[in-house]
Amino acid sequence: MTDLLNVQNLTVRFEVKRGGAFGKKAHLYAVDDVSFTVKAGETLAIVGESGSGKTTAALAVAQLQGAYAGKVELDGQDILKVEGEDLRQVRQKVQFIFQDPYSSLNPRKRAEAIVREPLDSLSGKPAAEKDEIVAGLFEAVGLRREQMRLFPHQFSGGQRQRIGIARALATQPELIICDEPVSALDVAVQAQILNLLRKLQKDFGLTYLFISHDLGVVQHMSDSIAVMYMGRVVEHASRMDLFGNPRHPYTQALLSAVPTVDRAKRAAQKRILIPGDPPDPVNLPKGCRFANRCPQAQDKCRQDEPALVDGGQGHRVACHFS
Amino acid sequence: MEPLLTVENLRIELTTRDGVAPVIDDLSLSLNAGETLSFVGESGCGKSMTALALMGLLPEKVGRVASGKILFDGEDLTQATPRRLREIRGNEISMIFQEPMTSLNPVFSVGEQIAEAIRAHQNLSRTAAWDKAVELLDAVRIPNPKGRAVDYPFQMSGGQRQRAMIAMALACEPKLLIADEPTTALDVTVQAQIFDLLTDLQKQSGAAIILITHDMGAVAEMARDVIVMYAGRKAEYGPVDAIIEHPRHPYTQGLISCVPHIVSDMSEERPDLVEVPGIVPSLKDFGRDQCLFASRCAHRTDECLAGRPPEKHFGASQIADCWHAEAL
Ligand SMILES: Nc1ncnc2c1ncn2[C@@H]1O[C@H](COP(=O)(O)OP(=O)(O)OP(=O)(O)O)[C@@H](O)[C@H]1O
Ligand SMILES: Nc1ncnc2c1ncn2[C@@H]1O[C@H](COP(=O)(O)OP(=O)(O)O)[C@@H](O)[C@H]1O
Ligand code: SF4
Ligand code: SF4
Ligand SMILES: [Mg+2]
Ligand SMILES: [Mg+2]
Repeated sequence: MTDLLNVQNLTVRFEVKRGGAFGKKAHLYAVDDVSFTVKAGETLAIVGESGSGKTTAALAVAQLQGAYAGKVELDGQDILKVEGEDLRQVRQKVQFIFQDPYSSLNPRKRAEAIVREPLDSLSGKPAAEKDEIVAGLFEAVGLRREQMRLFPHQFSGGQRQRIGIARALATQPELIICDEPVSALDVAVQAQILNLLRKLQKDFGLTYLFISHDLGVVQHMSDSIAVMYMGRVVEHASRMDLFGNPRHPYTQALLSAVPTVDRAKRAAQKRILIPGDPPDPVNLPKGCRFANRCPQAQDKCRQDEPALVDGGQGHRVACHFS
Repeated sequence: MEPLLTVENLRIELTTRDGVAPVIDDLSLSLNAGETLSFVGESGCGKSMTALALMGLLPEKVGRVASGKILFDGEDLTQATPRRLREIRGNEISMIFQEPMTSLNPVFSVGEQIAEAIRAHQNLSRTAAWDKAVELLDAVRIPNPKGRAVDYPFQMSGGQRQRAMIAMALACEPKLLIADEPTTALDVTVQAQIFDLLTDLQKQSGAAIILITHDMGAVAEMARDVIVMYAGRKAEYGPVDAIIEHPRHPYTQGLISCVPHIVSDMSEERPDLVEVPGIVPSLKDFGRDQCLFASRCAHRTDECLAGRPPEKHFGASQIADCWHAEAL
């Protein structure tokens, strides 16, 4: 299968002030030289701890956040450079589903208007056709037609997320970015939404960039995974490889920390502790960013930053010793 | 051994615009010193209300104990004066809240707040209390505790704030620690650290812990017993291992199977997740004399709608409140 999305050396930085109003200007590299690919019709999950840059990377891919350097290719076209009508075309192809179904919907608009909004702003379709599309979308995401006239507060959390999904589908996108789409939902509702996302992927041939910190959800949803730490991708592999044979020490620690109901697994699982906190993102240490918490760190790690290297079969790791 | 905490047929009523409804309905439990009991269930099932009731912190004018007993160390807390309850909260029962920012005061340093909590119940000088606060921050593994004690809450990361909260909750060396979703907002690596911390501290001090969570994995890792709550009532109660091995209540079964757990025998095949259709009923429907899970249950029969499900006992201590538990 071909890559629908090809992100190369993407860098996003923010200007931050240090030490009050007169402090020196500095840059925080939230996403630092990140590369990953997603095959058409598949799901790439991005995992990593809070602040590692997942959302920022996703926003940059969707052009909702400016990039400082790098390339984002969709279907072979570098979309970071496009403007005007071309940008409108790109926006139709890339849509976003947000984490919080409570704050991401305009409370004053009816559900049908929310779902129709991207059609109005991005496509020139006649009104009657838009009506038909919107009605079809309500059905596709499991909402009833008579609910189209209701306002967001009249829906439950799961139903609001369905509205968000319908809105994302409106322009028949190729790529949908889901940023923690179920973490605000209760487990039972979460299962409903995850099943829906998988069904829609099959029915419409969608490609997902799926951000989550829940590794159980990731194992269920993804075809491949990129693990981020402090703005970098530290491991990028297929689902079977990453869960079956995690190679980066951070990935290993992450997987070992997931609590499980499986008693045999719990007994076999040796938790790898990574004490301490990540370094100050504005003032990064020399060498590997994980070195101050890594159980396998050696002198070399505090000198040279490891590059993301393919160890064979596309299993890429950024670590001197794995 | 006499249990540290015994709750008998507790009923807590909330008065809202829709009327009066039992947010906790006929809840009984017991917990020994040194043990951990977990509450699980979807949001809105009454887990936090249970915690607040035990702390004597029900929302004023809205919540009240309608009947039942809360026996803590032999004393019935439902009969205690507000003053006595304050005393108990400062000394014997303490709580870790879900969102640390709401319970840490933003205008005082973390060290000051912990020292204050220590001085509230121990006769110590300011400097001695400060030293003890630093010790506690060290105990919860805040790096460089001496330097960090002067930090304000906003200067700490989410995980550090949560650890500072735990330090504060431990300041009074409680006999009972109630943790309401203490790690929900945190990364799994931080969560693992906090769970280890709680387990260690429990071993040292012999405190009992009530852990409220929505994650069955966390329950399995931390608790000996679990109460599955649904719409203000217990659905199932018993030893964690037995319940995970063979859940008898359809709601417990749903909670376990609808979650995509990380598995070691992973395969390319990924069948759809089990769905529990629908959502938790709203508070005004809590008191009804029927099974409140019926609208979402695949095993429902007419019986389930005609009356409250009776307790069915399995083994030594597993209880499921379901008309058809034997068949499940
Ligand atoms: N607008 C901004 N200005 C300055 N810094 C920012 C901005 N947005 C994000 N950051 C910083 O960039 C880094 C990455 O943030 P990002 O939101 O991408 O993390 P994340 O991986 O999505 O985390 P989470 O799991 O908490 O959602 C963090 O250090 C964050 O504080
Ligand atoms: N202060 C309050 N006033 C009125 N209703 C409340 C209040 N706090 C909670 N409730 C209601 O009580 C029920 C149980 O809430 P809660 O104990 O917070 O559930 P959980 O912790 O299991 O998510 C919910 O229906 C909630 O809306
Ligand atoms: S490069 Fe060194 S410090 Fe970094 S992950 Fe590998 S072993 Fe650990
Ligand atoms: S009592 Fe009936 S409706 Fe309720 S959980 Fe049991 S089988 Fe389902
Ligand atoms: Mg994010
Ligand atoms: Mg709660």
